[in-house]
Amino acid sequence: MKGPQPLIFELSSPGRTAVSLPAPEVPTPDLGSLLPAQALRHDPPGLPEVSEVDVVRHFVNLSQLNHAVDTGFYPLGSCTMKYNPKVNEDAARMPGFARIHPDQDEATVQGAMGLLYSMDKYLSELCGMSRFTFQPVAGAHGEITGLFVIRAYHESRGEHRTKVLVPDSAHGTNPASAAGAGMEIVVVKSDERGNVDVDDLRSKVGPDTAALMLTNPNTLGLFEENVREIAALVHGCGALLYYDGANANAIMGKSRPGDMGFDVVHLNVHKTLSTPHGGGGPGAGPVGVKSFLEPFLPAPLVKLDDATGMYVWDYDRPQSIGRVHSFNGNFGVVVKAWAYIRSMGPDGLRTASEHAVLAANYVMRKLQPYYDLPYDRACKHECVLAGTRQKREHGVRTLDIAKRLLDFGFHAPTIYFPLIVDEAMMIEPTETESRETLDRFIDAMIKIAKEAEEHPEVLHDAPHHTPVGRLDETAAARKPILRYTKES
Amino acid sequence: MGSPHRYIPNTEADVEAMLEAVGARQIDDLFADIPPEFRLDRPLAMPAALTEAELMSELGRLASKCADADEYASYLGAGIYDHYIPSVVDHLISRSEFYTAYTPYQAEVSQGTLQAIFEYQTTISELTGMEVSNASMYDAGTGVAEAAIMACASTRRSKVLVSRAVNPRYRQVLQTYAAPRGIDVMEIDFCKRRGTTSASQVTADLAADAACLIVQSPNYFGIVEEMEQLGAAIHAGGGLFVAVVNPISLGVLAPPGSYGADIAVGEGQPMGIPMSFGGPLLGFFATTSKLMRKMPGRLVGQTVDSSGRRGFVLTLQAREQHIRRESATSNICSNEALCALASTIYMSLMGPTGLRKVAETCLYRSHYLRDRMESIAGFTIPLSGPFFNEFVVRSSVCADDMNEELLAAGIIGGKSVECEYPELSGCTLWAVTERRTREQLDTLIRELEVLA
Repeated sequence: MKGPQPLIFELSSPGRTAVSLPAPEVPTPDLGSLLPAQALRHDPPGLPEVSEVDVVRHFVNLSQLNHAVDTGFYPLGSCTMKYNPKVNEDAARMPGFARIHPDQDEATVQGAMGLLYSMDKYLSELCGMSRFTFQPVAGAHGEITGLFVIRAYHESRGEHRTKVLVPDSAHGTNPASAAGAGMEIVVVKSDERGNVDVDDLRSKVGPDTAALMLTNPNTLGLFEENVREIAALVHGCGALLYYDGANANAIMGKSRPGDMGFDVVHLNVHKTLSTPHGGGGPGAGPVGVKSFLEPFLPAPLVKLDDATGMYVWDYDRPQSIGRVHSFNGNFGVVVKAWAYIRSMGPDGLRTASEHAVLAANYVMRKLQPYYDLPYDRACKHECVLAGTRQKREHGVRTLDIAKRLLDFGFHAPTIYFPLIVDEAMMIEPTETESRETLDRFIDAMIKIAKEAEEHPEVLHDAPHHTPVGRLDETAAARKPILRYTKES
Repeated sequence: MGSPHRYIPNTEADVEAMLEAVGARQIDDLFADIPPEFRLDRPLAMPAALTEAELMSELGRLASKCADADEYASYLGAGIYDHYIPSVVDHLISRSEFYTAYTPYQAEVSQGTLQAIFEYQTTISELTGMEVSNASMYDAGTGVAEAAIMACASTRRSKVLVSRAVNPRYRQVLQTYAAPRGIDVMEIDFCKRRGTTSASQVTADLAADAACLIVQSPNYFGIVEEMEQLGAAIHAGGGLFVAVVNPISLGVLAPPGSYGADIAVGEGQPMGIPMSFGGPLLGFFATTSKLMRKMPGRLVGQTVDSSGRRGFVLTLQAREQHIRRESATSNICSNEALCALASTIYMSLMGPTGLRKVAETCLYRSHYLRDRMESIAGFTIPLSGPFFNEFVVRSSVCADDMNEELLAAGIIGGKSVECEYPELSGCTLWAVTERRTREQLDTLIRELEVLA
C-alpha cells in the first residue's frame, strides 16, 4: 500500500521541462510594443518545473491512492456507482466529437447534432417526457434549470408562486436549488412507511406553491406508493411536480416519471446511464419536460428541418429561460450515455433496473439480522440500514463502521443521510456487481457487526490498512490550508 | 428477465438464489409497490441493443459527419480554443482510479483525488495571483453567475454591473441566474473605437450601490482591458471587482491578484481540455482569503492523519448544500473534477516557461495574422485596443460566403459577431492558437486575397 506522496510543486527543479513547443515562426517584436506595460505580467506563476516522467509518475502514484469502481465495490447510496464501460470512453474521444467547436457551421457538425437529437428521443421515451435540454451539466444544475422553467411557466400565466415543497428526506441540492431559483422552501414530513406524509403535504400545498420536488424511489430507497394522490394534490392547486432523477436506476423500463404525473425531470447520466463520475465530475443533468413546458426550455435546442433533412439550432424560442451553460452542456458526457443506451437497448435497460433492485433487496435481507432496518419493506435500488444498535450497545458510530469497511477493500456506503434516519447507512450495490462480490461485502459487514460487540476499539481506530489513517477534519477547517506555499 | 448482457454479471442461477434469500418468487414481486397504472406494460420504444462492434461503427458514422480540427485549420475561439494537448494529459486522466472514483467523501481512500484537487487549487491560485481557489465550477458562464451571486451576498447589494464586452454567452447565463433572485444586471457599454471598457463609464453614481463590476480581459473581442482603472472605479463605491480571464493569457498578462480583483473566474478549457462541441468545460473560481467562506463549491484542505502524516480532506463544508441546504452559498454538488485534473497536469507539464512560450506564440501569431489581414483590400480592423490571441476584422465579403469558400479549402473561418453586436456589422472574430502554423496562416491569407 502506497502512502502519502510529495506535491508536484515539491518535485520542482529549476530548468526542467516536460513539453516541446513550436517556435513562433513569425516576427517576435518586444512584448512592450504589442501590449501596454501595465498589462504585462512581471512575476511568473509558481508552477512546477518538472520532466515528463516526473509528471507521469507523480499522477500515476496519486491515482493508486484512490478507491474507484475499477478497483473495487463502491456501494455509495444515491450515487449509482455502476461499471463505466470502456468503449464509451473511446466513443467520446473520436475526433468527430472531441475536436469540434460549438460555433462551427451546422453543416459541419451534423453527426453531433444528430446524436443530441436522437438522445432527446431516447430520454423522452425512457422518462415519458416530451423534450430534453442538454445544457445542464450536473444533477443540481438540472434542478435549478427545471425550477427556472417552472418559475417561467407560472409567470407566463401571471402567477407569482414563491414556494417549493421539499420532503424532509430530500437531497440537499433540492432546497439549495430552489433557493437559487429565488424560491422559499417548505419542508414536508415523511410518514412511518417512509413515504411523503400526504396529510402534511395537503396542509402545506396551496395557491402560492410553485412545485413539489420529489425523488422516486426516494432517498430511503422506497417507492412513493401514494404518488398518484400526491400528483393530484399538487396539480389540483396549480403547482407542478419535479422529478429528481438521482434514483432513476430503479425504474428504467419499469415505470416512467411522466406517467406518474411528473412535469419536469432531470436525469443524472453519471449515475443512471453509466458515465464515470471523474472524482466529482463532469457529469450531465439533462432536463426533460412535458410538452406544455417546452417553450420555456433553455435555447437553443436541436431541431430537424423537415424540408432539408438537416439538424439546425432552434434559437427562436421567445419564452425560453435563457442559457444555463456557456455552450451545449457536457456533450462529451452525453456521447458516453448515448453509447450506453445503444449498448443496452430496451431489454438491457429494464434488466439493469431489475438486477439493481434485486441486489439491494439481497443485501438488505442478508444484513437485516445484524443492523437495524428502520423501514422494513421491499426496497428499490438501494437500502437504508442504521447503526443505531451498534451505537447504543457498543459505543460504535456509523462513521466507525464506514471507516472499518475501507480496511476490507470496500468503499463505504453513504452515511448520515437521509437526515431522517439516525446513524443512516445507505447502500446501493447496482446491477453491475456479481453475487460473489455482494456476498463478500455482506460477510465484511457481518464481521464488522461482530467486531463492534467484541473489539469496538478496532472500529474506533479504523481505518488501519489505507494509504493514510483517519484524517483530522476539524483541524482542516479550523485553520484552512487550501494551497501549497513554497517555504522561503 | 432479459438475455445475458456483458455489463450485468448475475446469471439466472444467481437470480434464483438471490430471490430465494429475499423471499420473493420473481423479480416483479419487488416492484409490487408501484401502483399498477404506473407500471410500464410494454418494452421501451428504442432501438435494440448493439454489439460493441456495431456501436463503434454507428458512432464512427456520426463522427465522420463532423468537420474536426484534426482535418481543418480552425480559427474559432470566443471562449473555446484549439490548443495542443500533450499526450500525457489524456493518458493520465484515463487512469481509471481517477475517472471511476466518486467525489472524495471517504478521504482515506481518496487521497489521489484530494491531493490532485489541492494541487489544482494551488495552480489556479498561482496563475491568477489570488489567495484561494475552489475545486471547480461547471464553466466560465456559471462561474460569472456565481461570482455575481457571491458579490451580492457579501455586499448585501442587488445590482451587478457587467461590461458589454464580456462574452455574450456568459452574460446570458448571468441573466438567467440573476433574474429569479432579484439581482439587477446593468450593462456598461464599450468604446466603439478601441473595443475596451472605459472606467469613466463606471460613474460614482453607478458604483455607489453596485455589488460588483464584471470585466473580461482579454475581452470577447480579444482586447486587453485597463483592469487597474476599472477595479479602482468599482472599489470607490464599495463594490467588488470580478475579473474574467483566459488562463493561457496569464503567461504574459498581469494576473487578477496584481490589480486588486476580489474574484477571478474564467474558462479552464484552454488548459488541456478538448473542445468537445462545448463541454465538458472547466470553470475556475478564485478569491481572497477574506471572502473564502462566502465561496461556492468544494474546497480541499490540508490536514494530518492519526499518525501525524500529511493528508487532504474536503473542508469548510458548512458553506455547501449537503450541510446547509437552502442556506448554502450555492447548489453546486458535482463539478468538473476530472477537467480540473487535466488542467493541473497540463500546467505541470508546461511549467512557467512553457506557459509563457505558448502565450507568446499565440500572441505573436495572432498579431502576424491581423497585420496580414489588414493589408488585404476590403479588410479593416475596426477596434484599435491591444489584443492577445483573438481579434475582430471587418470585411466587405459576407461572412457566410467567406467561410463557405474557406471550408472548401480546409479552413474553418472566424465567427460572425454581428448578431451579438449589431454595431459590428460585417465583422468576424478570429482566434489564433499555437496550433496554427505559419504555413496555415499564409494559406489562409492567400485564400482571403482571392476572395477579396
